[in-house]
Amino acid sequence: MNVWIPFLSILQKDMRAYYLKPPNISWGIIFPVAWTLMFFIRSGGDVEIRELLPGVMALSVLFGTTSMLAVTITFEKRSRAFERLILAPISLPVLLAAKTSGAIVFGIINSAVPLLFGVWFVDLSAANWSMVIAAVVLIAATSTFLGLMIAVSVREVFEAQTFSNFFRFPMVFLCGLFFPVHHLPLFLQPLSYALPLTYGNDLLREALWGGGQLHPLLSLAALTAFSVLLFYISLRNARRRWII
Amino acid sequence: MPVIEVEELEKSFGDVRAVDGIDFSVQEGEIFGFLGPNGAGKTTTINVLTGLARKTAGSVRVLGHFYPRDLRRAQEGIGVVPDGSNLYPELSGKENLTFCGSLYGIRKEERERRAAELLDQFGLSGVAGRRFATYSKGMKRKLTIAAALIHRPRVLFLDEPTSGIDVASARQIRRILERLNCNGTTVFLTTHYIEEAERLCHRVAFIVDGRIVRVDSLNLLLEEVGDDCSLQFAVGGDAASAREVLSEVFPSHKASATGDGQLLLRGERLDDIIPAVCALHDAGVTVQEVRLLRPSLEDVFVRVTGIEAEEMTAHRGGGS
Ligand SMILES: Nc1ncnc2c1ncn2[C@@H]1O[C@H](COP(=O)(O)OP(=O)(O)O)[C@@H](O)[C@H]1O
Ligand SMILES: [Mg+2]
Repeated sequence: MNVWIPFLSILQKDMRAYYLKPPNISWGIIFPVAWTLMFFIRSGGDVEIRELLPGVMALSVLFGTTSMLAVTITFEKRSRAFERLILAPISLPVLLAAKTSGAIVFGIINSAVPLLFGVWFVDLSAANWSMVIAAVVLIAATSTFLGLMIAVSVREVFEAQTFSNFFRFPMVFLCGLFFPVHHLPLFLQPLSYALPLTYGNDLLREALWGGGQLHPLLSLAALTAFSVLLFYISLRNARRRWII
Repeated sequence: MPVIEVEELEKSFGDVRAVDGIDFSVQEGEIFGFLGPNGAGKTTTINVLTGLARKTAGSVRVLGHFYPRDLRRAQEGIGVVPDGSNLYPELSGKENLTFCGSLYGIRKEERERRAAELLDQFGLSGVAGRRFATYSKGMKRKLTIAAALIHRPRVLFLDEPTSGIDVASARQIRRILERLNCNGTTVFLTTHYIEEAERLCHRVAFIVDGRIVRVDSLNLLLEEVGDDCSLQFAVGGDAASAREVLSEVFPSHKASATGDGQLLLRGERLDDIIPAVCALHDAGVTVQEVRLLRPSLEDVFVRVTGIEAEEMTAHRGGGS
């Protein structure tokens, strides 16, 4: 069987049924616009906007992706439509990849909103664009798989939302989005480096204007490792919890 | 050739042993029925056979593929109609069918063609573009069956296919299943309607409390009660005390009161029914009507399981 047919079909259906619906478009577009305006208007000069841009991009991706999984997985599990997918001759890894790829694409699109503002206001001529793309894709992937891990572990949509807030609000402060990790109290810093977004944000700073603290290869490796690990944990939990 | 082979299958949920060591096999081309009261383990068995649940012990082989190793291979050849609907409420009837087709790797043109064909066959062409959420219960069930057929499965599993829907839709569904079966599809269905099993199935397994108490062809089961008869009385007055009278006069028969003034007397054929009527009359019971019922699967079921038809939906609460 050609697995691309179900893969693309699931992706397309989720896009049509969920992502392109008004509430999610607003969540996906208006939310990043609001973040962006709020931060950029408050900051006066060129340099400050440059400092803020990676954080705002990462934030948009984080909120956009994690909130989607609660819908595409938890909501479908409740309505039993998810059983359709389990009954089909598709392996669980392919199924999870199909269900998450839409959220990853959605996250990438979310990051474009602040970036377009940024390009307008800041000189980004020194940016390494392939590294920017790699950073955005990996931030989207790790955030999505974090959302996946939550979606697999809960039953109700509100639980998924509560749990993702439990993770993502602390991440806003711990991952160096708006002030550097070394400004945090010393005992919190190890926690920062246990979170994928720290590496994603650092890589994005490095890519946009060379403002990273870590070596880009280290960040790339860490983000890839987080993606694999989170996907694997989700897969294992899904096997245990979905097939009763 | 057997398409389903189950040996000593067990499935537990914590302390609850929903399926408790069952053995059976289904031959290609059969309509096989799982008949039992609520909570007997029918849905659990279907869930294990279709890949929604994992067996606790025993061996399961479907279309020659062993579980769990070759589950996906088996899933390519089976269609599943669950007891509720599991389609997408926000998609139209047609979109639901083509989406389900894609899950089996069917290409776009082929699944569009197949969807149109099924919508026509199920009399749903007129509502093909409407959202599934707006369908009536009967329409929903029919579309769910159509969705299970999109990839032309060799074996079709149905969990209580006609429960909770209108009579006309139920009849249409039974006709469709018979036609499918004529064209070679093996059908495995569960039901708690004895009559449905009798009308549709070639072979029937009686399942009670997670165990199969009997499995045989319908003909053999009916032959067993061929000499039996059931007399149905409509009586005025106290049906419970009338039942006592019949029990005394016919100690080897089984008398039961079925509510709303109906009495049922089951057992060996009576050469003469007048003594029964006289006994009731003498006890002061008004006999308004007597009917001789042809022996049915219900008689066998009651004899084998000791469960009356009326108890089927009430048995062992908590089942689904
Ligand atoms: N997910 C579950 N967790 C715990 N017990 C269950 C679960 N599913 C079914 N059961 C129990 O297993 C038994 C059989 O249920 P089921 O297979 O649904 O019966 P049926 O379909 O014949 O009505 C019942 O006692 C039911 O309560
Ligand atoms: Mg059931």
